[in-house]
Amino acid sequence: MAQGVVVAGAGQAGFQVATSLRTEGFQGSITLIGDEPELPYNRPPLSKGFLTGKEGEDDLPFRPASYFEQHRIDMRMGARVTALRRTEHEVVLASGEAIAYDFLVLATGARVRSITREPIGGLLYLRTSEDARRIKALMAGADSMIAIGAGFIGLEAAAAASKVGKRVTVVAVEDRPMGRVVSPLISEHFRLLHERHGVRLMLGDAVERVEAGVRVTLKSGVVLEAPLVVAGIGVIPNVELAEASGLAIGNGILVDQYLRTSDEAIFSIGDCASVEGHGRLESIQAAVDQARCVAATIVGKLRAYSAVPWFWTEQFESKLQIAGIPSGCAHFVRRGDSVYGFRRDGTLGAVESINKPVEHIQARKLLETKVPVTAEQAADLGFDWKGLLPRRVS
Amino acid sequence: MPTIIYKTHDGATRQVEVPVGSTVMQGAVKNGVDGIIAECGGNCMCATCHVYVDAAWMEKLEPAGDTEDAMLESTAAERLPNSRLSCQIKITADMEGLVIMTPDSQY
Repeated sequence: MAQGVVVAGAGQAGFQVATSLRTEGFQGSITLIGDEPELPYNRPPLSKGFLTGKEGEDDLPFRPASYFEQHRIDMRMGARVTALRRTEHEVVLASGEAIAYDFLVLATGARVRSITREPIGGLLYLRTSEDARRIKALMAGADSMIAIGAGFIGLEAAAAASKVGKRVTVVAVEDRPMGRVVSPLISEHFRLLHERHGVRLMLGDAVERVEAGVRVTLKSGVVLEAPLVVAGIGVIPNVELAEASGLAIGNGILVDQYLRTSDEAIFSIGDCASVEGHGRLESIQAAVDQARCVAATIVGKLRAYSAVPWFWTEQFESKLQIAGIPSGCAHFVRRGDSVYGFRRDGTLGAVESINKPVEHIQARKLLETKVPVTAEQAADLGFDWKGLLPRRVS
Repeated sequence: MPTIIYKTHDGATRQVEVPVGSTVMQGAVKNGVDGIIAECGGNCMCATCHVYVDAAWMEKLEPAGDTEDAMLESTAAERLPNSRLSCQIKITADMEGLVIMTPDSQY
């Protein structure tokens, strides 16, 4: 069995692989390296309850420091891996220290795409807890906010700001909310939802420039101003370390279905990894499932990644849960307020439901078990597929 | 603050004071109690905070809601009549001495 595992990156994926290794009974050393100063924490609340005050600092850390001591996980916070020496089987930190590994897990995540080359006061991005603290502090003294981007981050930040009484405008080049990831029917629900709460949506218009003030000029000529602008226009996978050491790179660090890179001692998981047959998934659940696979594989129980991804977002009173990948579907049918997406070959590819957690859980089982479901059955509220499902999925 | 008693399947016991208003899951996770994973962070979406509630306490708790009931069908360890998701058990002042057993597996 392997003696030492080094994990580069202490986000959800990195944290999970370290804890799963211990759950799997791994006895060797584990070193978890993260470039942020604090212990690994939950990111989903940062764009939601953390901004409105519903969740506090206390709710962020995954585990207390004592947990990592008890489980002999060597935490290197505020440290950055600057080089990867594959022949020597070691990583080098910014401090110059070299740490040897038998297996290395690259969970380096992604960084936000920025709008301007130079930072502008009041133009903020949302990725880390520090980012969220800065936004929250600035929001407290602002009467209005502009969100750039109508993806999960932009819209969640917009909903949070609106909830605490700010005038909010969302500007996006996409012509519908979350257009890259959800079906048009769900986009329409969220467009109406935001408008009902007084959020101004300016979609299908690109940002021409952002200047101090903060002043946002759109392609159409419209000029907007707000003391706070939050931009959520996507992320760039952190592949540089892998790339510099000669690992195969595509839209992310390329890994096979076992999450192995082109070097068999090195795995990659989470936002930075592009998995054979799945691509690059920016999802908490994918990060967690991949981490579990890697932990199992390291202890000798080779396990391929095959889970059905799921996602969620909360905006105002609507909690959208997505099972599967709607963007991979060719057509959609409604079942009540939910949307069922079917692939070109007629198989069920995704289910989107709003405030229907039971239906979401059932949908995940439908997708996992690949029970054949037709679009006609999905559209028929009278058709109950409980009978089609095995009672337990393990 | 009520003291909650967590017992793991291998016989270890931890007593933790958990504030009223938080959950049995949070009491475990924030204090590093083993056996409860809670990978979705308390959203009732993952069933990795599955616990067994001591029989004497079962009827004193609010029963599981529909979502929790559906989620309990996906637990890794066997679902028993006293199975609950610990993220859905809110701590109240009268829970002093609540006994919670964690299963042998959450995956």
